[in-house]
Amino acid sequence: MLILIGRRLGSMILVMLVVSALTFITLEAQPGSVATKVLGPYSSEEQREIWLENNGYNEPIWERYVVWLGNFLSGDFGESTRFKTEVSNVLWPRLGNTAILAAATMALVIPISLVLGVLAGMREGSRTDRTISVVSIFTTSVPEIASAPILAFIFVFLLGILPGTSSFQNGFSIAELILPTMVLVLYDFGYVTRMTRASMAEVMTTHYIRTAVLKGLPYKRVIVKHALRNALIAPFTVVMLQINWLLSGVIVTEYFFAYKGFGALLLEAALNQDIFVIEACTVIAVIVAVGSQAISDIGYTFLNPRIRFS
Amino acid sequence: MGKFQADWDGPVLECKSLSISYYTRAAEIPAVQDFNLALKKNETIGLVGESGCGKSTVAMAIMRYMGKNMAITGGQVLYKGVDLATLSEEELRQLRGSEISMVYQEPMASLNPAMKLDRQLMEVPLYHEHVSEQEAYDRAVKMLSNVKLPDPERVMASYPHQISGGQQQRVVIAMALLSEPSLLLLDEPTTALDVTVEAGIVELIAELAGRIQTSMIYISHNLGLILETCDRINVMYSGQVVEEGSVSEVFDKMRHPYTQGLFSAIPLPTADKNARPLQAIRGQLPLPHARPKGCYFGPRCDHFRDGLCDGGPISMQTVDEASGHGSRCLRWTEINWTRVGAGAGQDVHADFGESVLNVEHMKKYYELKDTSMAAMIKGGSSRHVKANESISFLAREAETVAIVGESGCGKSTLAKVLMGLETATEGTVNFQGKDLSQVPVQQRQRDDVKALQMVFQNPFDTLNPSHTVGSQLGRVIRKFGGITDGEAVRRRVLELLDIVKLPSDFYFRRPRQLSGGQKQRVGIARAFAGNPTMVVADEPVSALDVSVAAAVTGLLMDIQRTYRTTLLFISHDLSLVRYLADRVVVMYLGHIVEQGTTEEIFSPPYHPYTEALLSAVPIADTSIEKKRIILEGSLPSVINPPKGCVFHTRCHRKIGDICQSQVPPQVDMGGGHRILCHIPEDELKAMGPVIVQKGEPQEAAE
Amino acid sequence: MTDSALQLSKRPSAATRVLKAILLLRESWVGMLGAALVLFWILVAVFAPVLAPFSPNDNLVPIATPGTEFVTDANWQSGKFVAKDSCTPIEDEPGKVYCGTFWLGTDNLGRDILSRIIWGAQTVLIFAPMATFFAYLVGIPMGLWAGYSRGRVDAIFSFISNVILSYPVLVLYVLIITTIDRSSMNIVAAVVFASAPGIFRIVRGLAMDLRPREYVFAAETRGEPLWYVLFMEILPNARGPLIVDAMLRLGYVIITIGTLAFLGLGLPPPDPDWGRMISEGRQMIQVFPHISLFPCLAISSLVLGFNLLADGLREISLRD
Repeated sequence: MLILIGRRLGSMILVMLVVSALTFITLEAQPGSVATKVLGPYSSEEQREIWLENNGYNEPIWERYVVWLGNFLSGDFGESTRFKTEVSNVLWPRLGNTAILAAATMALVIPISLVLGVLAGMREGSRTDRTISVVSIFTTSVPEIASAPILAFIFVFLLGILPGTSSFQNGFSIAELILPTMVLVLYDFGYVTRMTRASMAEVMTTHYIRTAVLKGLPYKRVIVKHALRNALIAPFTVVMLQINWLLSGVIVTEYFFAYKGFGALLLEAALNQDIFVIEACTVIAVIVAVGSQAISDIGYTFLNPRIRFS
Repeated sequence: MGKFQADWDGPVLECKSLSISYYTRAAEIPAVQDFNLALKKNETIGLVGESGCGKSTVAMAIMRYMGKNMAITGGQVLYKGVDLATLSEEELRQLRGSEISMVYQEPMASLNPAMKLDRQLMEVPLYHEHVSEQEAYDRAVKMLSNVKLPDPERVMASYPHQISGGQQQRVVIAMALLSEPSLLLLDEPTTALDVTVEAGIVELIAELAGRIQTSMIYISHNLGLILETCDRINVMYSGQVVEEGSVSEVFDKMRHPYTQGLFSAIPLPTADKNARPLQAIRGQLPLPHARPKGCYFGPRCDHFRDGLCDGGPISMQTVDEASGHGSRCLRWTEINWTRVGAGAGQDVHADFGESVLNVEHMKKYYELKDTSMAAMIKGGSSRHVKANESISFLAREAETVAIVGESGCGKSTLAKVLMGLETATEGTVNFQGKDLSQVPVQQRQRDDVKALQMVFQNPFDTLNPSHTVGSQLGRVIRKFGGITDGEAVRRRVLELLDIVKLPSDFYFRRPRQLSGGQKQRVGIARAFAGNPTMVVADEPVSALDVSVAAAVTGLLMDIQRTYRTTLLFISHDLSLVRYLADRVVVMYLGHIVEQGTTEEIFSPPYHPYTEALLSAVPIADTSIEKKRIILEGSLPSVINPPKGCVFHTRCHRKIGDICQSQVPPQVDMGGGHRILCHIPEDELKAMGPVIVQKGEPQEAAE
Repeated sequence: MTDSALQLSKRPSAATRVLKAILLLRESWVGMLGAALVLFWILVAVFAPVLAPFSPNDNLVPIATPGTEFVTDANWQSGKFVAKDSCTPIEDEPGKVYCGTFWLGTDNLGRDILSRIIWGAQTVLIFAPMATFFAYLVGIPMGLWAGYSRGRVDAIFSFISNVILSYPVLVLYVLIITTIDRSSMNIVAAVVFASAPGIFRIVRGLAMDLRPREYVFAAETRGEPLWYVLFMEILPNARGPLIVDAMLRLGYVIITIGTLAFLGLGLPPPDPDWGRMISEGRQMIQVFPHISLFPCLAISSLVLGFNLLADGLREISLRD
């Protein structure tokens, strides 16, 4: 068991190292273009040469990578060309804002989709099941780029009850959080619901559920004690993997609602070739994604006694 | 339970013209028709029949556990005189698990994998009798020791996957008995288990039947098991009971052609192919929506008479009023019931030719490797699985050599090494004069590959579902036959279909349009397509119903005889092995523990494991008596096999420390009959036979 | 065993089998609705030149609301698709001609939204299936090989796919597209790069499931070459789940291509693209919602079509 966790953590660190190296190579393999991006297109050849020299760009790439990694681990991500400040000064507050958005989304997605999924899977083929299934197909078919304008149209244009931008200009406001959260929830919950439903439906056809029913247990106990425990193993891993998807959705949502978050920062950096911000954002995103994946794997082994004790 | 009288002394369960149907999108399919049964207190009734005859459906209907697509369409089920249809959902819940309980086919699947066994057991008294936690726990522990589980407390604290299959089934039985039910339904409770484990469970059930106040319905496809456990028997065919009566009546004085057919299709460990050839029932089970008018068995029956047997529904005819023997056959009085066929006496002893396969000291160890990236970097440690340990045996032209053993004995690994899917760790595999032990199949000469082919076990995936029968056979012919011309290939495919007695229009059929037996025939055709010298058959009929299995076995033997092929027959079924093998190799945990001619293996002296295996075979013959040997414990893991003699942990004849410390020697009992055991030769020779014909004097009793 | 018996039983042709599959789909209304939606958009894309009332890039009347009639001077000169002779003179107003109606309005550059949606269907239905197809072309052989052979091959391929999959999808696209040029083929390449690992995983899983089947074993004992085992024995039996997956993935690729365009990372302008249309209208959503709302409905309905189709197919495949 401990070996299993240790191995998982080991491979997680390995993946992160490879990812960071890949990201670094992709963006900084050619020092010339780095200089152009940092100093701007109108900088002179000499200026670039001097900059490269001063910043150690004439060293071999693997040496630069090690230095870069060391700096990165100590929290020094470099200087942003777009924001004219340390990357970390921009990054951390943005990440905080995104965390709020993600937390709000997960706080809604998890209970909604688990409850709906269990209800649907409990009696496969029933009217409840079919209704829930079709609704979740519909909502997952509306991508964020469509649901954001549609929801904005309804709640801002037609009803006028919610603000159309969420830039928190007058400080944090729940009202401004509602629309972005709604967009993310709408797109995400269908998928988790369907996974939960499939898992629950499968469990309900197993022989041990039949055993439990034929033991004469009340239906409620069969569901709560026998079915749920087994049915929720798969959705748990899905929920954790959802964080990876959420990071994608966040970019669109933040961009649309001018939400000052991590996704919008990454996009802005990408459109403006602000490479140090891109690097920092990418690696942080991967750390979050890989971390959640590792948690999901380890959690899975905890939830599943067949693996835990083998 | 106010609803049921505690002192009810009528039949515990009565089914009165019960009919059950399945509903598919297209139509209603009657699964069970006109099912009648009266189960007295303390009585055990066996329901026997081949797959699809509706026997499990009856059990589910008694439990009233029917999905959306199944319903009772007629008749009644009375439990202690109360019609179960009148019970509310809540009353049913109280009935299940406390009055009627059930034991299932797959013990592993029947237990909740994520819940410890203590909870799963304690639930029963907690919910039915509302006892205290402590009492529930105590009762569960007591029941576990009643079903002979060693160390009940440890079992209570375990998850299902932490105990063996036999132990799991004992837990399921304990769970079923916790509320002292008046009726216990057992649905193929030992089918998923190995023979020696099965023997223990069957003994437990038979013993419980005598000891506790519970009536039982025992569902099985195996007549031998019914004989060992039941008082009465109902033989089912295509949704109907075709014969009912006491076990002794039905076994010895059967009055329905189907029952008779079943008995002649089962191999017995007392007879070989020369003494009593198996007789398959021709044709196959009618599909439920295409049953013939009148007698459902009519099209397959030798006594069928136009105008009489296809006239309309046939009711149960009374054969013997007093013993309740009945038969659903209109001609039972006219048929000559003395057993025909016995001693048809065709002596087919083939004269064996040159040695074809000679395996010497072959070892196959697997390394347990960790292929994950992390382990590759760390250069992780490895352990060995000793799948085959010093295997030596010989097979000659036209000879049938059987490899016998239970799961984990290494017989499949042996097959893989022979076929070149694995290479041996040590030793030689001499096939037609070439050592193939180190040559994987891709590097073998085409002629060697062609000469050594295989028939597989599972009819459901022996054929590729995506290709037609014709194209699959055609591929083999192109590969081996050197024929490339499309027309010639097609002609050869049709020829092969003819050899395995399948009609030529199977050429365009896809595997899902074929029955299990037909698929196995195609599998045999595939193996024989390149005229092989030797065919390895890995349990080719174990997944088939008895009547079909007999036909496929017969076919395999016919082809083998015609082409003088060497057949390596891998099986766990000793009766079948006795029936068709010339020589037998018995394996246990990777070792050959005994080998010799069939005659030598089936009579003393035995290796203690062979002895136990023989004793465990259920035999559907009332004239036979067996010595009871129940092996203790469960099969050790191959990763960590016992030291010394691998069998010592379960051996009933263990002679002392030597068994635990030293690998036993191969003792030659004469004529190539070799036994791997520490017991002195003369002591082995003094053993009595396990299976004795009743009435015969038992020589050399211990 | 005569040859006439063989003549009698006809081999079902591929066409009849496809037809049968379509007939089966009839039993699932969900699947039928999905098929109808997909078919609708395919027809729209194919007949775009006939269906579109205006040229998608012509600047006609800025921000016309839906239903506005296009009335212009008789001597108006512009556009490939509004031929002069298709305009009819208006009797009350001499010198003016009526040249059609902006059923869905126009955007801020005066382009007809309906025409842009129709032409946009063509864009999306060319690039999304192409990208998906190439992704399968990469993912299937790798997945089959890894799942069947296990060992080192599997370890290496799986590690590569784990690395790629550990990037949040959109982050990966942002990274790729900022380093390479934004040409349409590069977008397709990026989609292939990002989706192939997912396909690899699914195929690998299916191959691992099918590997212990006896017919695979039988092929091995015949000494069949690796390619035969992978593509003739294993792949055909994995096609059911793969077709369902392909439908879902197509829907997802459509979303991805749309999203990239929405973020300004997509196909270069000016050709119509639903994602960019949404993006262009988003600033005015509170005043002129029609500009982005209709493309929103277009993309959602197409994705819905594929998702429903996948669900219908799955339902049918589970039945038999």
